[in-house]
Amino acid sequence: MEKKEKRTGEAKLMKGNEAFAEAAIRADIDAYFGYPITPQSEVLEYLEREIPNRHGLVLQAESEVASINMVYGAAGAGARVMTSSSSPGISLMQEGISYIAAAQLPCLIANVVRGGPGLGTIQPSQGDYFQATKGGGHGDYHLIVLAPSSVQEMADFVFDGFRLAEKYRNPVMILSDGALGQMMEKVILPEEGSLPKTTPAWATTGKTKNREHNVITSLFIQPEEMEQVNLRLQEKYKAIQSEVRYEEIQTDDAEILLVAFGLSSRICQKTVDLAREKGIKVGLLRPITLYPYPYARLNELSSQVEFMLTVEMNAGQMVEDVRLAVEGKVPVHFIGRMGGMILSPEDILHKLESVHESHNAVNV
Amino acid sequence: MNEKLYLEDEENLGTQVDESYEQVYCKPGTLTDVPFHYCPGCGHSVVHKVLMEVIAELGIQEETIGVAPVGCSVFAYQYMNIDMQEAAHGRASAVATGVKRVLPDKYVFSYQGDGDLAAIGTAETIHTVNRGENILMLFINNGIYGMTGGQMAPTSLIGQVTSTSPYGREAAQVGNPIKIADMLCLLPGAYYVTRQIVHNPNGVRKLKKALIKAFEYQKQKKGTCFVEVVSNCPSGWKMTPVETIKYIEEKMLPMYPVGDLKVPQN
Repeated sequence: MEKKEKRTGEAKLMKGNEAFAEAAIRADIDAYFGYPITPQSEVLEYLEREIPNRHGLVLQAESEVASINMVYGAAGAGARVMTSSSSPGISLMQEGISYIAAAQLPCLIANVVRGGPGLGTIQPSQGDYFQATKGGGHGDYHLIVLAPSSVQEMADFVFDGFRLAEKYRNPVMILSDGALGQMMEKVILPEEGSLPKTTPAWATTGKTKNREHNVITSLFIQPEEMEQVNLRLQEKYKAIQSEVRYEEIQTDDAEILLVAFGLSSRICQKTVDLAREKGIKVGLLRPITLYPYPYARLNELSSQVEFMLTVEMNAGQMVEDVRLAVEGKVPVHFIGRMGGMILSPEDILHKLESVHESHNAVNV
Repeated sequence: MNEKLYLEDEENLGTQVDESYEQVYCKPGTLTDVPFHYCPGCGHSVVHKVLMEVIAELGIQEETIGVAPVGCSVFAYQYMNIDMQEAAHGRASAVATGVKRVLPDKYVFSYQGDGDLAAIGTAETIHTVNRGENILMLFINNGIYGMTGGQMAPTSLIGQVTSTSPYGREAAQVGNPIKIADMLCLLPGAYYVTRQIVHNPNGVRKLKKALIKAFEYQKQKKGTCFVEVVSNCPSGWKMTPVETIKYIEEKMLPMYPVGDLKVPQN
């Protein structure tokens, strides 16, 4: 599915949240509904400032509960629509997200993750991995989840996200974090108007004489029918597996594999360099889609490496998927920090070396 | 039986079906052929029919999008032959906001009961009206949660016995019945607020007039029109339909008086 946007103009220095918001306007969104929460308020602020002078619609709702239901209504009416929030706000949206997934409405939801649980902290975290990739709300459903690791990807994934959402009639989540949202980096923005838009035939735009009335619903009270709806969803999720994306860094000759997404993967790149300076052959696999997840590629790599080390800004969430992927063929270790704290490349290197030594000790 | 008597083609209205019958009434084309699931005597059926008659008479079937609630009228979209969305419990006015904002030239209405609109959806209700969303909010107040089996609603009367107030509603414990329509009048976004009934023919006629006004105001983009219907729940109240009419008149209407609560100021 990788399809690079045409980019115009000079590279700009932008905050992740602002690059995301600007990309949304360039992706020709019809509407954005949101509610302020740190560390993603710049998205709403940027759109409130820009949209009145450009195109589209932005509305500050009374709550995240209202925002996500406005997204439902607008998506059901055939609009290209999105919202964004941070962890506690995303939790509030979960009911609506479940309804959107069930009613098969395309939309984009960005979670600029902060440390939790509860009110937590405003500092960056990856503690919402389970919530984003395993469902989050009630019922058997999945979001397509994209994990940017740079300000450039904060912008690019708006386009990729809408393309996937509209292709599969499925909500897409961009799972970033407080650091990616707040930090400034060079970005070349996607070209305005380069994402084609059509009004889908199923949308509630007013019943015309030549068709039956369109209904957007997630209610199927007969269990036989509800089961069929679920089976169709599962078929769709199966098809979505073909959209898996990941990036590999120095995996060709790697004897040890780091696995990390988002901001953690940026830190791990430095660890790879540090390790290789010391003669340890380390590679990195960065899942770009967290759902679908690159299980197959990790399984392949398990026959090549001595062990894997998963690095996350949480208590160990994605590591469960890595373990599922390798099916016990190689040991999978974990290092992480929580509560808004960030690992240094050296922390990861130390962990890597100590695991490496203990493995060698066992082998002797 | 003469099958022609059951013609539902609106074009036949007023024509002589045979020597002895002239067709003077038919189900509007804005209603589907799906039979209502509502209990005998329930006001929902009447409100559905009146609403769909108004949409047919105004000729706006192709331009109207409705939002159904969670509650007894959760299946409203099966009966209303217009494009519709089914909202989560309490969120109909937020969903309607989303629809209206991206389709500003269409007619949009939400249809909600008392638990949906005045309990779980209170925030959405107040803020939708406060924004003056150009939609019709139709509010069916029967003072009970019908769908879930007759539990106490925010609008249940003091002393009312329900499955969750088996000794009668007590203000000291759970507060007083909430008069949400009266509260909404305080908001500048509310353009037209009225309370109607459907348990007698005169009430039905007046509801129809109120709905026509509401759609006209919506066309003129005047703000939110809020139409409350004080209705009944024979099953939840554990009464016959006839008994419910007496209960509405003797108990409900003194608390929720019929009439316009806020009319356009000119």
